[in-house]
Amino acid sequence: MTAQKTAGQAGPEATARYLIRGASPLGKARTDLLVQDGRIVEIGSGLSAASATVIDADGLIALPGMVDPHTHLREPGREDAETVETGSRAAALGGYTAVHAMANSSPVADTAGVVEQVFSLGRDAGWVDVRPVGAVTVGLAGKQLAELGAMADSRARVRIFSDDGICVSDPVLMRRALEYVKAFDGVIAQHAQEPRLTEGAQMNEGKVSAVLGLAGWPAVAEESIIARDVLLAQHVDSRLHICHVSTAGSVELIRWAKARGIKVTAEVTPHHLWLTEELVRSYDPVYKVNPPLRAEEDVAALRAALADGTIDVIGTDHAPHPSEAKDCEWAQAAMGMTGLETALSVVQHTMIESGLMDWEGFARVTSAAPARIGRLAGHGRPLAVGEPANLVLVDPAARWQVDLRTMATKGRNSPFSGRVLPGAVVATFYRGHPTVLDGKLNTPSRQSGPRGTEGER
Amino acid sequence: MRHLLSTQDLSLANTIRILDTAEEMAAVGEREVKKLPALRGRTVVNLFFEDSTRTRISFEAAAKRLSADVINFSAKGSSVSKGESLKDTAQTLEAMSADAVVIRHWASGAPAQLATSGWIDAAVINAGDGTHEHPTQALLDAFTMRRHLARLNGTDSTGSNLSGLRVAIAGDVLHSRVARSNVWLLQTLGAEVTLVAPPTLLPVGVEHWPCAVSYDLDSVLESGVDAIMVLRVQAERMNASFFPSTREYSRRWGLDDARLARLDTLGMKDTIIMHPGPMNRGLEISSAAADSSRSTVLAQVRNGVSVRMAVLYLLLSGDLRDPVARLQSPSISVDNLPNTRADETGVNAR
Amino acid sequence: MIPEAAAAGASRVVMSAADIDRALTRIAHEILEANKGSKDLLLLGIPRRGFPLAQRLAAKLAATDPSIDADEVVGQLDVTMFRDDLARQPTRAPERTRLPAAGIDDKVVVLVDDVLFSGRTIRAALDALVDLGRPRAVRLAVLADRGHRELPIRADHVGKNLPTASAEKVRVRLIETDAAGSGWSGSDEVVIEAGL
Repeated sequence: MTAQKTAGQAGPEATARYLIRGASPLGKARTDLLVQDGRIVEIGSGLSAASATVIDADGLIALPGMVDPHTHLREPGREDAETVETGSRAAALGGYTAVHAMANSSPVADTAGVVEQVFSLGRDAGWVDVRPVGAVTVGLAGKQLAELGAMADSRARVRIFSDDGICVSDPVLMRRALEYVKAFDGVIAQHAQEPRLTEGAQMNEGKVSAVLGLAGWPAVAEESIIARDVLLAQHVDSRLHICHVSTAGSVELIRWAKARGIKVTAEVTPHHLWLTEELVRSYDPVYKVNPPLRAEEDVAALRAALADGTIDVIGTDHAPHPSEAKDCEWAQAAMGMTGLETALSVVQHTMIESGLMDWEGFARVTSAAPARIGRLAGHGRPLAVGEPANLVLVDPAARWQVDLRTMATKGRNSPFSGRVLPGAVVATFYRGHPTVLDGKLNTPSRQSGPRGTEGER
Repeated sequence: MRHLLSTQDLSLANTIRILDTAEEMAAVGEREVKKLPALRGRTVVNLFFEDSTRTRISFEAAAKRLSADVINFSAKGSSVSKGESLKDTAQTLEAMSADAVVIRHWASGAPAQLATSGWIDAAVINAGDGTHEHPTQALLDAFTMRRHLARLNGTDSTGSNLSGLRVAIAGDVLHSRVARSNVWLLQTLGAEVTLVAPPTLLPVGVEHWPCAVSYDLDSVLESGVDAIMVLRVQAERMNASFFPSTREYSRRWGLDDARLARLDTLGMKDTIIMHPGPMNRGLEISSAAADSSRSTVLAQVRNGVSVRMAVLYLLLSGDLRDPVARLQSPSISVDNLPNTRADETGVNAR
Repeated sequence: MIPEAAAAGASRVVMSAADIDRALTRIAHEILEANKGSKDLLLLGIPRRGFPLAQRLAAKLAATDPSIDADEVVGQLDVTMFRDDLARQPTRAPERTRLPAAGIDDKVVVLVDDVLFSGRTIRAALDALVDLGRPRAVRLAVLADRGHRELPIRADHVGKNLPTASAEKVRVRLIETDAAGSGWSGSDEVVIEAGL
């Protein structure tokens, strides 16, 4: 403990200076950035490199560190699928400096004790800020509200609550949850899936499911819940966040709600911005995900909605599974795809290289907006002097082939395996410390203070 | 053709080839010695994850008539139900040097996974997967219809298609692998298909299928049909509110005595009644209809063996590792070829 | 496709249409002589070219002996499923086996094929016959015998013996089975082509 404390407080890290030379913030004019003591201390051309480690960022784009509003880290309970350590390594490699860990662990993150445990695991790992999401209902059972206030007041300072994986389908319970979290400026992140309409559902219901003989997951099952919930949010004047929006109809409902001033935000996954149900024809369970891959027109609508701000954020819904959960019949396979290490590249491919969005927009949907939704201080800030040094350097010209064997996540269920993707994370700075350098994991940050003591009351 | 997974990816040429070969196989069934040595030394595994005695014994008879060794692997009540995966089962069969795996599975797509996963090198024949496809059933149905058509026209069925044949498929299309396989195959063979079902038992997306759709059996009969294929309806669908009661179902969509009589008054004396079995007499089909002279139910069972012999023969007799060569037809007298592998492509290739 | 002109230099016609017809006429007489008449005769052609040859022989028998109904004494025997090389060759769809209504029991079956080479086809034909019934005797008539036997089989009636190198190919073209074109004159012929 003493040694670690020394390293954390007085070691070389604490006083380390990094001069990032010639980066393009948000893809704009080139400049130098000087990072010291966890902050950006100087911006300008020709900065002095005295006593600083120089990072040549010629041709690289500097972006605020990415914030994932929707990650499954599996710990506690399913450490065979992922741990906070492996998941947050993957996050750092993907350009993230903060992730929100979903509540469907075992035990469920429905008490202050569990969310503090996840929070501590994240802090110990030191790769990114791990912000737990609290369950809305006890055990995700949809019967009784979890102790939302206790989780909000805990060291983990939970602000996003979700039963993700399961829809809060009871309208009364949903109304109460929306109302209750106003007490601490929380938000309910709804997994919009009408349960009766999706019993046994295997894939998008439509022309492909008809041919493949797989039970359909109709768009209306998502849209009917979104319609209900935006009206509930309006009625009780609460914040509502819609997880992983996947249909063109959902986009229209959210656009309508926003036009009426309803406090709704929405999220889309990288895979729903690219992949379609046509891939299911292979019956390869790597393409099994919830909500399911949809049709071409849905993908187009989601891209347009992200570009015009109807959809606010990218959420990976990173869902690692052990190989046996995917090496089986489609109907028996687990739902979910990994995403932390491919999100940036997939968004670059689908949004930036398609001309729909620039890097400023990228920073909005991957950093500023998710940090704001999660009320996460120190993230999603502009690249400016005095701001926390959570930032990522990206080589937009790089091309790389997705290779499952070299990924940091334990999950081997990437639907992009084998594809050549554009854009690579060269360096990630988390609290002023490079967690990733030269595209490889460096060392975790130990600057966040003595572990297990900060915040104790 | 390396595997038979669905009728959707079956070309017209390959379909005709299977049906023509089945005609020759049918002739063997009428001989005193109902056995051919073609698959001697080959091993066919019947891998059944779902009970289906009819389909299994049909494949078993087909394989045995071709002199193959047959292993029946009922994965129900075996180690599979204790949690052994499809992958481990497949690798076990691979280790036992199976040349073909006939697979019946409750999960749609399981045969396709088996064929493409790399777990096993054998030819895979789909004997019915979930609510996806049942290609040999559709082939035997087409074989039955083709023979019927040939008999009416006084022609030889060999080489012919089903051009212009009007086929109505009535019943639970949503959950039917038989309906799916038939729609694609009948389309390939040039037949005109109309699906007749309650709207609740048609899949969303059926509007993209190459067939007509109707909710009214009587009007379809009146417009004229050459074959009515009645699908099995499971009574438990009633509990899931697909229809209000079995009585209402059979009144609106069942081939009952009144509709059977209507075929006569409409002058459709040559219209046949088909059913893939097993039948729910009194629900989707009346006993009178099932037992009438129009019924081809038993012929379908008989033809099933011939069609499955043809499929097994065509998939297993050639060199499976050479899909291009497999599609060639013999073009010269075979004894002209020196009996060495190097000459396989010699004259045939020209 | 190998252009016919290029192959022409290396191929030679060894039987013309007239040669083939004369050979069949002689074989028809030999068959009647060996059988001491037409009683119980049944000619079974092996697809594809053996069948038209059997039909031509039957017509010649009928011309000699008016009591013979040419359609009643000819049939086709497919041997595909009995071959010993199924697993080593591209898949062959079986051809039809056609027998007269009376069957083959107690008949004198004359197997008819175009070229006798390794003998394996005839071996398969003998197996196929066993499954169809019990003939009183089985004989073999071929248009050409090119040698290189791999089994103890010989023909009873031979149109022409053709000494060949094993690499050469013997090609029989008949108007019933072979499409015109590719430089073929369109009349029956037997050609020896050089091996590759």
